[in-house]
Amino acid sequence: MATSGLHDSELGELQRRLMLLRVGLLLVVSLLALRLWHLQIREGPYYLDLSENNRTRSVLLEPARGLIYDRHGVLLANNVPSFSLYVTLEDVKDRDALTQKLSELLGLDSAMIRKKLAGRGSKMLPRKIKDRLTLRDATLIESHRLDLPGVMIQVESQRNYPGGMAASHLIGYVGEISPEQLEKPEFADLHQGSIVGQYGVEKSFDRHVRGQAGQKSVEVDALGHEKRTVLVDKPQSGNDLYLTIDIRLQKVAEDLLGEESGAIVALDPTSGDILAMASRPGFDPNVLSRELTPKQWVEIVQNEGRPLNNRASQGQYPPGSTFKVPMAVAALESNTMSPSSSVFCNGGYQFGKRVYHDWKATGHGSVDLHKALVHSCDVYFYTVGQRMGIDTMAEYAKAFGLGHETGIELPSERVGIVPSTAWKMKAKKEPWLPGETISAAIGQGYVTVTPLQMASMIGTVANDGVSYRPRLVQAIMDRMTGNLQEMPAVARGKVHAKPETFRLVKEALAAVVTEGTATRAKSSIVTIAGKTGTAQTTALAKEKKAEKDIPKKFRDHAWFVAFAPVESPKIAVAVLAEHMGHGGSAAAPLAKEVIETYMKLMPPSVPEEASGS
Amino acid sequence: MIDRLIDNRGLDNFDYRFLALVAAILGIGVLSIHSVTHAQQGGVAPYYLKQLVWIFLGGVAFVVMLVSDYHRIARLAYPAYGVVLLMLAFVLLEGRTSKGAQRWIALGPFSFQPSEFAKLVLILVLAHYYSKAPRVGWLQRVVMPGLLMLPGLVLILKQPDLGSGLSFVAVYAAMLLMVGVRSKALGVILLFSLMLFPFAWEGVWGSLHDYQRQRIMAFVDPDYDPGGKGYHALQSRIAIGSGELMGKGLYGGTQSQLKFLPEGHTDFVFAVYAEEWGFLGVLLLLVLFVGLIWLSLEIASKAKDQLGALLAAGITAMLCFCVVVNIGMTAGMFPIVGIPLPLMSYGGSATIMTMASLGLLLNVKRRRLSLFY
Repeated sequence: MATSGLHDSELGELQRRLMLLRVGLLLVVSLLALRLWHLQIREGPYYLDLSENNRTRSVLLEPARGLIYDRHGVLLANNVPSFSLYVTLEDVKDRDALTQKLSELLGLDSAMIRKKLAGRGSKMLPRKIKDRLTLRDATLIESHRLDLPGVMIQVESQRNYPGGMAASHLIGYVGEISPEQLEKPEFADLHQGSIVGQYGVEKSFDRHVRGQAGQKSVEVDALGHEKRTVLVDKPQSGNDLYLTIDIRLQKVAEDLLGEESGAIVALDPTSGDILAMASRPGFDPNVLSRELTPKQWVEIVQNEGRPLNNRASQGQYPPGSTFKVPMAVAALESNTMSPSSSVFCNGGYQFGKRVYHDWKATGHGSVDLHKALVHSCDVYFYTVGQRMGIDTMAEYAKAFGLGHETGIELPSERVGIVPSTAWKMKAKKEPWLPGETISAAIGQGYVTVTPLQMASMIGTVANDGVSYRPRLVQAIMDRMTGNLQEMPAVARGKVHAKPETFRLVKEALAAVVTEGTATRAKSSIVTIAGKTGTAQTTALAKEKKAEKDIPKKFRDHAWFVAFAPVESPKIAVAVLAEHMGHGGSAAAPLAKEVIETYMKLMPPSVPEEASGS
Repeated sequence: MIDRLIDNRGLDNFDYRFLALVAAILGIGVLSIHSVTHAQQGGVAPYYLKQLVWIFLGGVAFVVMLVSDYHRIARLAYPAYGVVLLMLAFVLLEGRTSKGAQRWIALGPFSFQPSEFAKLVLILVLAHYYSKAPRVGWLQRVVMPGLLMLPGLVLILKQPDLGSGLSFVAVYAAMLLMVGVRSKALGVILLFSLMLFPFAWEGVWGSLHDYQRQRIMAFVDPDYDPGGKGYHALQSRIAIGSGELMGKGLYGGTQSQLKFLPEGHTDFVFAVYAEEWGFLGVLLLLVLFVGLIWLSLEIASKAKDQLGALLAAGITAMLCFCVVVNIGMTAGMFPIVGIPLPLMSYGGSATIMTMASLGLLLNVKRRRLSLFY
């Protein structure tokens, strides 16, 4: 032991210095304790809140949209599982790296990703970056999960339309809610990324079909990986819709229009049920329900055929001679004409200095109401119009449902125009001219209608004046309770006319098909009554050129409205074929096909009865 | 006879309170390590079991250091320092890199960290130096030991291991304080340091790695890039703060269980404990540590000779420094510099080294009454 002991003085010195150390120790530890007290007691609740937010994430559970069926239970819209890519910004350390990684992995546009990430909203809530990921993409993401903190693949249901283009205008499509929609009160419980109906019954019945989103709180670790579900508020599925259409008839109607532009509406006059409602050209709702690129969207919107326009309820056309049907009822009911009173037609009608031509230059000779309808004599109706006056005409046209909404459950229905003196003063700030009444009497001039209105009009005739509001949805099935809520047929109005009037008009319309302008609609299995129409589109048509010499876009629209069977009407049809020329040749055969198809599709007892008559 | 073979003098004088404190802190450490890591899957042995192995080995080191004569151990100081310097140099050349720093030497399945052992060796070297050297003039008292420390310090900072480097300086400073640097000399040193500061700052700041600079930046401004370099500091503060008074309970610490808190079993084990046991638990732990350090100071002040006193003071200073800096950095009072919490953080080198140091400390106490035998 070579070491010496401490000297007394040095020992004292050391003691003194150690005392200093002790004081220092107590001081420092007190500071530590004070700091910890501050963190844990003073600011504890704040940090507890931070740690709660650290670990829990709210995940919205999207509800399954209700299914859509046709009247016989054929599936028109369902949901298929799909993978969506979500990003929770809170868990993203480096946005640029993530953007680059995602765009590399999935071949996505990095500007699009950046835009989605930059959107407003909580950093805690996951944002949807891309939906309809392929299984391959989803697997790719999953296998890179560790390099992609904050990224989440969610299995969601995606709207699917098994029928593709069929009935697309009716069913509509869905899409992400727009910022403008989000502001509206009816979408108050929705959020960015919610899927809502954007067209068709998907839109008008969105409230029923949409369901209610649920929420799940999940505990996540630092990489945003789900660890445990803390709380689940289950989503409520939307309700199922049963439409009134028969998809088989719908397809037939669409195929009949083929590549042409036009619309066919078939409804049950005794209930207002829409049996088919075709509008061409159409679109594939599966494409529109996906996220479109701006280019795709522009292509659809700027397409000359305007495929997104539902010509049946939104197309407004001059009704042409089909307008003579309500005019005929008006003539008899307003006592302008008696059934037997006749007008002589020499092919033209002189009014002031102007001669209004009949479509038949040689004239129809002596014409009563029956003959006027059967052969579509213009001069007879010029006379009727002249005697009746525009306001009486308007009154009857409106009674048949023209000039205002039919009330069908489709968004943005158009109403057309039923002119009157008041209307013109209001719309044009000019007085009504007597000559204008003459054009209006044969469905030209200012008069415009939609094919849907015309189907409803002819159905009202078939139904002896009683009209029903056209309806598309027959029943709504509550997914939660299983209750089926039937939608009642709603009477819309009654044309107050003597039964005799309807009998006469219907007889004449039946003769239109058997011996008049629409013999091409004559059927061997069912009696059909109808009225042709040719709607002039331009002054060019007046030059009496051969139809084939006129450029297609200037050709007249062909109309045909019909009902069948004549004895007890089950179906009313309106056909409008754009730029197809005369109603008798272009539109009547289509109506006949639709009617015959419907008769064949109806329960066996009915077509037998119909064909037997 | 037996007394000569197995030196059990002073067993009556053995401080059981000291041992109880050490055992309690070790226990708390193992429990916390188990809590953070029990959910981890994988084929490797669980951390808490490995830690128990380190504690057992540390216990062996503790006994060895306790029963040997500390004068004999001190005589090995220079050769040991030589070995440590060689190892530190070796680490720089061949060491295993982890998180951007080379600190480990692989030994088969194990790896150890020479810088941890360097701390204890430095204490031995300085204590040995002061007990031998003539204590006159500030050249011998201040400059010479500083030069002794320098190669080790340089090699450690080169790894870079800021935490161990700071521990080195702390040990040196504590030793200076113990041997009694006169206030005049202290003033000169301070003045000199201040004058040198700009150059030193340039040198130190410039030699730091980017992540170290960013950590310091993050400390100065805690909200500086909270997802990035401030992440550790922020998550650690959240963990501690959210423990509130009573804590979230064992295994209830969401911050650590869900891995928001990185390094929960090593440098941030205190945050894990604070989250699960709350302020009451924290106070208990502080009391345990203060008790341990208090007893250590007691031993230092009652050492029978200069060497013993210096050894005890150096060990106490190091213990104290590590506890305060570790807790301070987890609580956001200091920048994060990578200093483990003695007896609690997971890790073989640190655990064995700390326990060996405590063995040496008790050795000093044990022998202080030897004159009466």
